[in-house]
Amino acid sequence: MGIEGFSIAEARFLAPDVKLFRVVAPRVARKQQPGQFVIIRIHEHGERIPLTIADSNPTEGTITIIVQGIGKTTKLLNRLNAGDFILDVVGPLGRPSDVRLFGTVVVISGGVGTAIAYPIAKALQRAGNHVITILGARTKNLLILENEARAVSDEVFVITDDGSYGEKGLVTGKLDALIAGGKKIDLVLAIGPIPMMRAVAEKTRPCGIKTIVSLNPIMVDGTGMCGGCRVQVAGRSQFACVDGPEFDAHEVDFDGLAKRNAMYRESERQALEQFVSEPESGPELIRHRCKLEDVAPR
Amino acid sequence: MPEQKPEERRQNFAEVNLGLNFHLATQEAMRCLECANPKCIDGCPVGVKVKDFIALVLTGDYLGAAAKIREDNILPAVTGRVCPQEDQCEGTCIMNKKFGAVGIGYLERFVADYERESGQIGLPPIAPPTGKKVAIVGSGPAGLSAAGDLVQRGHQVTVFEALHEVGGVLVYGIPEFRLPKEIVRQEVENMKRMGVEFQTNVVVGKTVTVDELFGEEGYHAVLVATGAGLPQFLGIPGEDLCGVYSANEFLTRVNLMKAYKFPEYDEPIYNCRGKNVAVVGGGNTAMDAIRSALRLGAKNAYVIYRRSVAEMPARAEEVKHAREEGVQFLLLNNPIGFLGDEKGWLRAVQCIKMELGPADESGRRRPVPVQGSEYVLPLDVAIIAVGTSSNPLVQSTTPDLKTRKGGYIEADPETLKTSKMGVFGAGDIVTGAATVILAMGAGRKAATAIDEYLRTGVW
Repeated sequence: MGIEGFSIAEARFLAPDVKLFRVVAPRVARKQQPGQFVIIRIHEHGERIPLTIADSNPTEGTITIIVQGIGKTTKLLNRLNAGDFILDVVGPLGRPSDVRLFGTVVVISGGVGTAIAYPIAKALQRAGNHVITILGARTKNLLILENEARAVSDEVFVITDDGSYGEKGLVTGKLDALIAGGKKIDLVLAIGPIPMMRAVAEKTRPCGIKTIVSLNPIMVDGTGMCGGCRVQVAGRSQFACVDGPEFDAHEVDFDGLAKRNAMYRESERQALEQFVSEPESGPELIRHRCKLEDVAPR
Repeated sequence: MPEQKPEERRQNFAEVNLGLNFHLATQEAMRCLECANPKCIDGCPVGVKVKDFIALVLTGDYLGAAAKIREDNILPAVTGRVCPQEDQCEGTCIMNKKFGAVGIGYLERFVADYERESGQIGLPPIAPPTGKKVAIVGSGPAGLSAAGDLVQRGHQVTVFEALHEVGGVLVYGIPEFRLPKEIVRQEVENMKRMGVEFQTNVVVGKTVTVDELFGEEGYHAVLVATGAGLPQFLGIPGEDLCGVYSANEFLTRVNLMKAYKFPEYDEPIYNCRGKNVAVVGGGNTAMDAIRSALRLGAKNAYVIYRRSVAEMPARAEEVKHAREEGVQFLLLNNPIGFLGDEKGWLRAVQCIKMELGPADESGRRRPVPVQGSEYVLPLDVAIIAVGTSSNPLVQSTTPDLKTRKGGYIEADPETLKTSKMGVFGAGDIVTGAATVILAMGAGRKAATAIDEYLRTGVW
């Protein structure tokens, strides 16, 4: 929390453009519960972005975050390595997941959503639930945390869009099969891209299976102050940062969420284009600290 | 007060008011009648010794004048800019009725700026250490003012801030053109030099609870000064469309995150250039938001307010500045719905005209809709500035802290003691949204009570 920020104890790529960071943040580590997130800012000119906490180690005082390099800030973050610093880390924010004994729980995650789903699955299993995990990815090398998920699940199904690993298809297909097979499911947790979460919600709605999603709207402060993250749930405006980020999937207005998330697409595109065109650009601070070579395993 | 010309300043974020020069300052100070029983001091929520500091201005001892103000007011360069002096010191000034009040605010600002530019800050003396630790939750005006008083009395003071920068509403809410952030930073630096410790990125209630502050963190008293930071919306159709902002979000993006410098800074904001922008509301926050939108290039900048100019809570000076800059006031108008396109972007607002009926409980005449007067105004950005409510994060994890309606903290009006031993409350989180200086006054009051509690141990 000194002038340099929060130091990175470990950094490694899990997949191309997907990097795991273990960050020293003792107060956050001590308080973190599954489902909560932090807001980070990398440098003095940086934006504030929310990232879900994938794990924490209160003894070491570290939290784990997993970052997919999509926009300027996440791509810049993914250039940082062990020994570098993140200027600001604040949290844990949001309500923790509702962890108790439900019975059989199906945890469905798509892509980097697995980083969010994993700690919740772990807690649900610890609470005595029978945890079935469906891991989805576009292709084999984008699949993350498979071993970790296996360790906290009673059954695991891996699905890839292109069939390069596990079964070929969509996560919703596997969910369909489970439901059709007569499996009694008490809770479904879906975390991933909006279309995936929406599709899961539509599968479980007719069967009346309680379904929870973790939302990722635009945020600034993360403490309820700006209202940028508001989303319609059951016809009421809710702030994902303090009322969520988890909500009843059958009550969420996914269409509205998707539209609001597109609000800064043009600015995001502009910032990314500029960033990619001048890879050496950016404030002195980051240039100084970053090792610019990309160490992603290819 | 000399100011930037409207046509220039509406293009930039530089300060509008330019400050007095030596000549004007002396001239203004000479207007003070040096009343035997000065009313100006009674008008000041923190009790600045106005007469004494003006006397020092007249002798040319500007540093002495600044130090005199700092005895009671830890943020003179800030309050010299944002206080509603016309309702306070200048409102009670004996000259006010017949000749116009002495420009006390301008003089305060003048000596504070002189002091800052000289680099010779007259910091007050610090009492010997008491060994007592005080945690202050929130680094806005109430928290800062309490911190300044408590550190002077020898206590060890830590201020916790949820955001990454210290200052609360002074840095996220009030725009650069009214209060340059460099001034806030300098005041905070001064407080650090006095020994106040600041910890940013700590959300008390989440990162650490009040009970943990008393327990493992070892604090002897806690002051909750978290403000009224939650935005209120109108609750009308279309409020979730892209382009509809709370004033808090719009101003935070512009002020704290410097979105007006995008892409030099990474945080984006809706590109207002050539667009129609409206703010809904009539307070200072509304004026700040719409004048920011003008500076971001808005073609038409509207204030939509459901009452008339007489009921507007904004300072007269802010309304005047906004008008000069070209803001259009749609008074006695009320939005009833936002209309969007198929992609979810705001395209227009539907309004209804209002007229004033009899007075309501606030003493202001109640606006009532004029039947059949609905109309549609093309609009790209709408900023909702109709007030804020209490920030609940501390209360929600401190079950024995009593709250009243609206989630505000219950505190004794004199001692600012809450229902929980060792915990005090000050500022907007107790009173509801008010002004910078009223929060500072509450912070001072709390500091006095906290000091007494720490010295005597009596709750």
